[in-house]
Amino acid sequence: MGIFQRFARIPLKSTYIWSLCRQYSTDLTAVDRALIQHRCVHNRGLGASPGNPGAAPPRLPFSRVTQEDLAFFRTLLPGRTITDPDLLKSSNVDWLKTVEGNSEVLLRPKTTEEVSQILRYCNERNLAVCPQGGNTGLVGGSVPVFDEIILSTSLMKQVITFDNISGILTCQAGCVLENLSNYLEERDFIMPLDLGAKGSCHIGGNVSTNAGGLRLLRYGSLRGTVLGLEVVLADGRILNCLATLRKDNTGYDLKQLFIGSEGTLGVITAVSILCPRKPKAVNVAFLGCSSFQQLLETFQCCRGMLGEILSAFEFLDASCMSLLEKHLKLTNPITESPFYIVIETAGSNATHDEEKLHKFLEEVMTSSLVTDGTVATEATKIKALWSLRERVTEALTHEGYTYKYDISLPVEKIYDLVQDMRGHLGDMAKNVVGYGHVGDGNLHLNITSPSKDPALLAAIEPYVYEWTSKWKGSISAEHGLGLKKRNYIYYSKPSEAVALMGSIKAMLDPKGILNPYKTLPDNIH
Amino acid sequence: CFAPFLCLRPPQIRVKPDRTGVVTDGVKHSMNPFCEIAVEEAVKLKEKKLVKEVVAVSCGPQQVQETIRTALAMGADRGIHVEVSGKDYETLGPLQVSKIFAALAKKEQADLIILGKQAIDDDCNQTGQMTAALLDWPQGTFASEVTLEADKLKVVREIDGGLETIKIKLPAVVTADLRLNTPRYATLPNIMKAKKKKIVNVKPADLGVDVSSRLEVLKVDEPPQRQSGVKVETVHDLVEKLKEAGRI
Repeated sequence: MGIFQRFARIPLKSTYIWSLCRQYSTDLTAVDRALIQHRCVHNRGLGASPGNPGAAPPRLPFSRVTQEDLAFFRTLLPGRTITDPDLLKSSNVDWLKTVEGNSEVLLRPKTTEEVSQILRYCNERNLAVCPQGGNTGLVGGSVPVFDEIILSTSLMKQVITFDNISGILTCQAGCVLENLSNYLEERDFIMPLDLGAKGSCHIGGNVSTNAGGLRLLRYGSLRGTVLGLEVVLADGRILNCLATLRKDNTGYDLKQLFIGSEGTLGVITAVSILCPRKPKAVNVAFLGCSSFQQLLETFQCCRGMLGEILSAFEFLDASCMSLLEKHLKLTNPITESPFYIVIETAGSNATHDEEKLHKFLEEVMTSSLVTDGTVATEATKIKALWSLRERVTEALTHEGYTYKYDISLPVEKIYDLVQDMRGHLGDMAKNVVGYGHVGDGNLHLNITSPSKDPALLAAIEPYVYEWTSKWKGSISAEHGLGLKKRNYIYYSKPSEAVALMGSIKAMLDPKGILNPYKTLPDNIH
Repeated sequence: CFAPFLCLRPPQIRVKPDRTGVVTDGVKHSMNPFCEIAVEEAVKLKEKKLVKEVVAVSCGPQQVQETIRTALAMGADRGIHVEVSGKDYETLGPLQVSKIFAALAKKEQADLIILGKQAIDDDCNQTGQMTAALLDWPQGTFASEVTLEADKLKVVREIDGGLETIKIKLPAVVTADLRLNTPRYATLPNIMKAKKKKIVNVKPADLGVDVSSRLEVLKVDEPPQRQSGVKVETVHDLVEKLKEAGRI
């Protein structure tokens, strides 16, 4: 179990830290200043270092929570200021149970005004804040690293408005994605995104991590479907850009800054999002292919013949199927194959869609692109087929420890990475599996081991990132950087870009209180 | 050799606003889960070469053809679609269906009829039993295991107290329960083959069956909506609320 140390004893040489220090020169005591200088000059040892860039850096000199602070919070949020360690426990640990913080305060505001007052106070007091939605992130971005105050959106779960002509939904950031889906489905609409964590994740968290998911192929990313945001800035100012307009070209599009910023530029408190109509006919086909090349050709055929009704194209390899069978006792509906595809179609006419789908299936079967397959048109069967793809993450957790990589690559190269990795790691790894949104060029590469293994990690990283960088891919396609991947940003972004990100961060959050230690690297050069 | 007979039921319905019945327009018809288990069992018997031919039968409007196709894709040899639509379909119940099945069984000279123990829309659990009675055939209902022994069928039945094993002579009627088997997925090569298999259209009148119902539905209601709970801050509030509601 990987628990990041609360106090890393290494000093950190970082220009980012220096600029922070300059800001604080009047606030710090002489002792603090000496400590930081000492750390900045001598660079050695544990924590974030070339050997382990994902580990936590040392604690920045934020204030610590005092009784006066608690009194303020308790007056502002009566009954919603949590300090009980047992209740705090689950909010201090991430879903994968690989990162644990030591927060002593969890706040549950209900309104934007409350969030604004919290941040204004924390900014004045120099208290660090970790915004938290459903806590389902996979890169350690949603939990505190040290004693940051957890700002939870769990009580901000109101739907504000829904217009069933335009399909525009406005809601608070703490609405659970599945609840929004259910709300919309009753009104004949659906959310434009869908992911395995839907039962727990909050829409605010989805937006601040620019979550992708299973429907991106059809409905695009949140950067297109989010029409407006209401954000509270680090100093408590409320930025109301909650437009419900499909088109609005009046000035810079500020909401794009906050989408995907992982809670480091502002706290999203409300979202307005464009929702598609609920499809009348949904079909799912589960196919088997004997090679990745044939899988890609099937994808091309699929695009051509199913085009406008295609809503998802996912893949998993034979190793994933074995894990599903072994750990979750799921059955393979078709004959064993090296690769499996899940294709979903969604359209307005069942008869038309079935005809298109059957023609496509006939084509890929007779041309032998596909060796076997099955189709589902009925709800329970559809769910059963989807679970073969959606539950791979769950099956992996039963293996022991999983090293997860979420990579974007040119589509033809996707499986080469999996095979190269297998060869490169040999017996060091228990299992190397590949699955994911092949239609979007997004691979989920997972390497398992009975327990945490530093030697295995050293073999995987930076090999996997260098491989990705070589093919101009992204080292984090949809999971974001969070704590774990912040220092790898340079594999996918040039220094000028990262430097500009640092400037924007300094401008919007001069004291750096919003989700510190996340997203941006420790060294901005 | 035997020719078992499968009876398929399309389910999934909602109450009409005027409470006279249930909505069937535009509703996706799919095979009743218990009937799916029955299809699987019949196909298994054929694979074991204990049975010569599997015929899938369904009564209903045009849409049931899809359900029959699924049965064919799972391994049935041919299908019979007994056309019942509109008002007749809304009032079609176990008695009429069992009359249809009895007539067909005689016509096709079936040796074994397998169907789901009940349909998940009406939960009647009557068709199998009525069919057996009309034909004067033995019945093995709620089957969780079926074995052919010479000219008899050994059926293990799921009953309240546990499991009951009976032996019945053929021809017979068997109704499938949940644990009889796990139905296979219809795979593409079989779906392709199924397209070439025959589905014959028949009308109830052709079989000499009158589908008018002897039952009149007075009203259909949805179950009462679940009320949301109320959260209280303190034990004092809880006691007050309970007093207000007259509970204490």
